[in-house]
Amino acid sequence: MSVGLVWRVLPPGLYARRARAVIERSYLVNRRAWMTVLSGFFESFFYLFAMGIGFSRLIGDVVGPGGQTMSYAAYVAPALLAASAMNGAVYDSTFNIFFKLKYAKVYDGMLATPLGPFDVAIGEVSWALIRGAIYATGFLTVISVVGLTSSPWTILALPVVLLVALAFAAVGMACTTFMRSWQDFDLVQLALLPMFLFSATFYPLSVYPEGLQWIVRLSPLYHAVELMRGLTAGVLEWAMLGHLAYFVVMAVVGLLVAGRRLGKLLLS
Amino acid sequence: MSVDPLVLAEGLTKRFGDFEAVAGIDIEVRKGEAFGFLGPNGAGKSSTMRMVACVSPRSGGELRVLGMDPTVEGPKIRARLGVVPQQDNLDNELTVRQNLQVYGRYFGLSRKHVRDKAAELLEFAQLADRADDEVEPLSGGMKRRLTIARSLVNDPELLLLDEPTTGLDPQARHLLWDRLFRLKQQGVTLIVTTHYMDEAEQLCDRLVVMDKGRIAAEGSPSQLIDRYSTKEVLELRFPPGEQDPEPVRDLGERVEVLPDRVLVYTTDGEAALAAAHTRGVTPVSSLVRRSTLEDVFLRLTGRTLVD
Amino acid sequence: MLRPWQARLLVVESMWTWYRRNWRATVFSSLLSPVFFLVAMGFGLGSQIQPGGLTHGYSYVVYLMPAMLAAAAIQNAAGESTFPILSGFKWSRVYWGMTATPITPAQVATGQLLWILGRLTFSLTVFAIIGTALGAAAGPGIVLSLVFAVLTGMAFAAPLVAFAATVEGEGDKFNPVFRFIVLPMTLLAGTFYPVSELPAVVRPLAWITPLWHGTELTRAAAFWNFELWPVLGHVAYLLALSAVGWFLTVRYFRRRLEV
Repeated sequence: MSVGLVWRVLPPGLYARRARAVIERSYLVNRRAWMTVLSGFFESFFYLFAMGIGFSRLIGDVVGPGGQTMSYAAYVAPALLAASAMNGAVYDSTFNIFFKLKYAKVYDGMLATPLGPFDVAIGEVSWALIRGAIYATGFLTVISVVGLTSSPWTILALPVVLLVALAFAAVGMACTTFMRSWQDFDLVQLALLPMFLFSATFYPLSVYPEGLQWIVRLSPLYHAVELMRGLTAGVLEWAMLGHLAYFVVMAVVGLLVAGRRLGKLLLS
Repeated sequence: MSVDPLVLAEGLTKRFGDFEAVAGIDIEVRKGEAFGFLGPNGAGKSSTMRMVACVSPRSGGELRVLGMDPTVEGPKIRARLGVVPQQDNLDNELTVRQNLQVYGRYFGLSRKHVRDKAAELLEFAQLADRADDEVEPLSGGMKRRLTIARSLVNDPELLLLDEPTTGLDPQARHLLWDRLFRLKQQGVTLIVTTHYMDEAEQLCDRLVVMDKGRIAAEGSPSQLIDRYSTKEVLELRFPPGEQDPEPVRDLGERVEVLPDRVLVYTTDGEAALAAAHTRGVTPVSSLVRRSTLEDVFLRLTGRTLVD
Repeated sequence: MLRPWQARLLVVESMWTWYRRNWRATVFSSLLSPVFFLVAMGFGLGSQIQPGGLTHGYSYVVYLMPAMLAAAAIQNAAGESTFPILSGFKWSRVYWGMTATPITPAQVATGQLLWILGRLTFSLTVFAIIGTALGAAAGPGIVLSLVFAVLTGMAFAAPLVAFAATVEGEGDKFNPVFRFIVLPMTLLAGTFYPVSELPAVVRPLAWITPLWHGTELTRAAAFWNFELWPVLGHVAYLLALSAVGWFLTVRYFRRRLEV
């Protein structure tokens, strides 16, 4: 089943197949604010530098995927990639979209043209992915060059991290359509930070007692971290298919909810 | 020869929950005319405009825009409309010129086309020297002109303007009206909502007076004045609380008492004023003027428009 | 006639009135966020770290706690000294309302800083209590750590408020502050490990940050391990930053409000 077919069965008023114009807008805006875009790179590198280099003496080597010993920097780098994909996608699909929806009224302007809500949703998510891809490519290149990856499978981390970003963006967007005021965004923070800190990002799952381990396994970021770590270390397991399935489900459910709610919200 | 109306509504209704914003109205807008919705805030003007703009589904009744049904052919209709919303929703993250170009791209126009069109519209809106500036620091009048310029990027057949000059200073309003006249001369059909009488009189060939979701009257400005008011009005100003209509009640066809003045509707204002003086009525000040749509509105709804 | 200190306290009171209705929005950033960091890094990552020379012989979470106080002070200060200030001039415009009364712009400036001082003291005290309850305090020295942490926060807040008072637009200028100053400072200036663990070229950058001086002080207090001259030097540096910041804040508030 092709993606095109899905869009063709949508009600005609909701999708004009012109999401490209929305992406073009994002491109222009970001070209003007290139400093902000560029500075987005630094966040992951600050973390990588602080964790990977700063803790190298304190922690030493750790046990990574498949029981192989690796430097703490090599252990934490793929996890930071996953976390930055999550943060970027969620930021783009919540704060950014909420602002444009409620305050800047950018979408009201778009919908006075032939564009429909699905053009807007697809355009915005696509831009988030394009930006995510640029960041991920940069990060993967750097960690490969400095020797923090040990396998050619690393190349697969790029498409996988995009799937992760898509899943987070879709769910983020769906949540945004339910938000009423900025106060609600505390909930986003309240979900993101613990996920970032506790999803076996900085230390192995085995640190937790048995019961807590199962709770951590519910966190989507945990699955993303496992995927990234496995690929950069070159340890491929069947369990990875399970992790991937988790994100496919997230993306599909998120997109369906987001599209339907956006239509309702904007065309009242 | 009969020309299909650009907008045709029959029993058009919009409900938000229990609230009926538009309560079954009939309108017909013909090609090339400037059609106005006149009414106070909350009369249902903007809701009607949003339905015509195909961004708000109707709750009941029939609606045809450019001969098509908005529910089915929304995007097709919107491709041929220009919309100037009540509140400017310019893209603050883009420059003046980019606002026009990007908007044109939403219509699927080619890059070359929108580049040329943007240059032309910047001239039209007298914004050529601000073309590469940010939008945010522009004055209210400039933003309004840019929003109108933006709505013209697809050469629309029908232009919807929701309160185009609310909040602008007199100079900015006249400049805007001038631009709208030019568009009308070029054959663009205009639909305007306003709660300003002078704007309705300046711009509209034909208008409907709306109140509480219904149409209270319909016609050209002069027809409405003929039908619902007298040729002249005598205004007698009094200190608040001291206006007494009794001594002048028989001097005109009708008398209205407002918080600070008494209005006498008559064919000859000067004669009525002289008569009032003879009767010993001593207002703080007096004024004889021609009837306006404000008087029509007062007659129809018993209220003044702006407050 | 309003006495000067009375006027400044009136400014604080008006902010308190606002805060009483809106405090929920700040709980996450000012309280939960440092607690999450303490638990994840202190206990979680700390489980991978052997107590030793670098941690003064304490478990990692105890080593981390005093520095987390200082880092939380910086985070709080950054939040309180950027957008709320711009809002006072531009969105809520409370400063304009205040200076329409007998309160002067200089008093508004000082009142604003006093308010931040109060906010820092309150959130850090709560954080210190939570940390102690979690067993991360080395001893009663944590109380003095708290005082030093508040000083660290003010040494960052005061210059930042002065800067914020010069910002005009939509606050885009704050983004680089968070990204290139607050985040790297929090991560690198001695919070998680001594600056000596960093490459030599980076260390001088850490030394100029208020947070590095703050972590040195809060750790010295927590482990009751003072060396006179370094302590005096750190305190002097933080006081100097606060004073210069205060001076500039008053100056820029006056420049913006006396028109």
